[in-house]
Amino acid sequence: MDQAEVMERVVKILTPWVKNEEALASVSMDTNILEDLKVNSARLVDVVIAFEDDFDIEIADEDVDSVNKVGDAVKLILEKLG
Amino acid sequence: MSANARRVVVTGLGVIAPNGNGVADFGQALRKGSSGIRYIPQMEESKFACRVAGAPQGVDELAQANFAEDELLAMNMSHRYASLAALEAWRDAGFERPDPDAAEPDWDTGAILGTGIGGMDTTGEKVIPLTDAGKVRRLGSTSVEQVMASGISARVSGQLALGNQVTTNSSACSTGTEAIAMGAGRIQQGLAERMLCGGSEAASHYIWAGFDAMRVLNRESNDAPEKASRPMSASAAGFVPGAGAGVLMLESLDAALARGARIHAEVKGSAINCGGHRGGGSMTAPNPASVRRCVQGALADAGTRGSEIDLISGHLTATYADPHEVGAWSDALGRGPNDFPTIVSTKSLVGHTLGAAGAIESVASVLMLEGGFAHPSINCEDVHPEIAAFDDAIPHQGRDLPNLRTVIKAGFGFGDVNACLVFQKWDS
Repeated sequence: MDQAEVMERVVKILTPWVKNEEALASVSMDTNILEDLKVNSARLVDVVIAFEDDFDIEIADEDVDSVNKVGDAVKLILEKLG
Repeated sequence: MSANARRVVVTGLGVIAPNGNGVADFGQALRKGSSGIRYIPQMEESKFACRVAGAPQGVDELAQANFAEDELLAMNMSHRYASLAALEAWRDAGFERPDPDAAEPDWDTGAILGTGIGGMDTTGEKVIPLTDAGKVRRLGSTSVEQVMASGISARVSGQLALGNQVTTNSSACSTGTEAIAMGAGRIQQGLAERMLCGGSEAASHYIWAGFDAMRVLNRESNDAPEKASRPMSASAAGFVPGAGAGVLMLESLDAALARGARIHAEVKGSAINCGGHRGGGSMTAPNPASVRRCVQGALADAGTRGSEIDLISGHLTATYADPHEVGAWSDALGRGPNDFPTIVSTKSLVGHTLGAAGAIESVASVLMLEGGFAHPSINCEDVHPEIAAFDDAIPHQGRDLPNLRTVIKAGFGFGDVNACLVFQKWDS
């Protein structure tokens, strides 16, 4: 799976939780999930569960702490996929 | 109501009911006497003795049309019912849905939205299976807000930016009636201008299972769902469980007049009490003295005599208690069989919606008051012999009541708790 495909799936998973539609329209690897997309921080645990289900991977709590931007999530998922 | 208390009126109505979603459809179902009771396959699968219930239809589609995707992910069934009914009451009262980005809540408007059982569907479908499987982490972020008792009022406060008191009451089957009495009291005290009040209960076999085990549900009408809810009949064999939500926008008369609001009815008086599990009362049976005191307390608060009551919307669930309840109304109002007001059981149409019952039945009471009619109280062609003398008071076919001015509505619940409301026609 390449980066573009992972990116597309990550954005699809984030979409229901996004409060800033404009930021979503121009989303990139540098887009901040909480600050730009305005995803409620409490909902990040739901996003991580969806990542795990969609990509069939396991993400440890410590790994989640390093995810701020969309690109951080994409890179973490690519790493887990090996 | 004391002489100096502020008057309280109903300026908005909203409902999700087994026989109709929204006030227009529900009102038509009342006029026609349409039953919302259906066969529920899950009840058969779980080996219930009773396999029929009143479950609102088409609610997910309505919720998807009205709420954001992320909200829906955190809204179980009672949240969906309550939110839809509250939004309808809000709009019916003449308000627009607030902008999600608006900075200020409405400090003068609050909510008391109750539930008898709460988010048992979420508990049964998610919390217990995932926890027992050692998968706590997979509960995600949305389980607490769906199982906490105050989840429904909290949900509505966010949708409508409510800034006054926002809480959830719970008093079993008198919950919805009690919420309206409590909200009216807050407005009378001058602590709020508007309160969204009512109750919500999910359609879930997990909620209904314990009642089936108690043998208080009707297990004899599984092949005839629409005939299953039989309040006041000789063949009543237990209640039929139901679900839904009812919400009333209560408002101070001053505020309603100042903004030129359409007024549905006046909440003329109310009372709440408990029988203390004494004098024949228990966890599951009412103390007759407390019922009488509650009804008479509401009349006194309203400044209304028993002789002025035109219509009774009873609690009347279709158990052995119905004849006792009719007798209690007769005693409390001082009206014998020859002088008895029209009496209906809305549960004959929708089943017993538990914590939502008093709220849905109050919406029905206000609609009957405004429309000058009594809906058919169905399935008691064989009126119970102990109340045969009251048969003329029961509208088996529905009844036009052009002079209808005053409706009294009561709810009685497990725990020996009671609540009673007096609604009066509003003459503009």
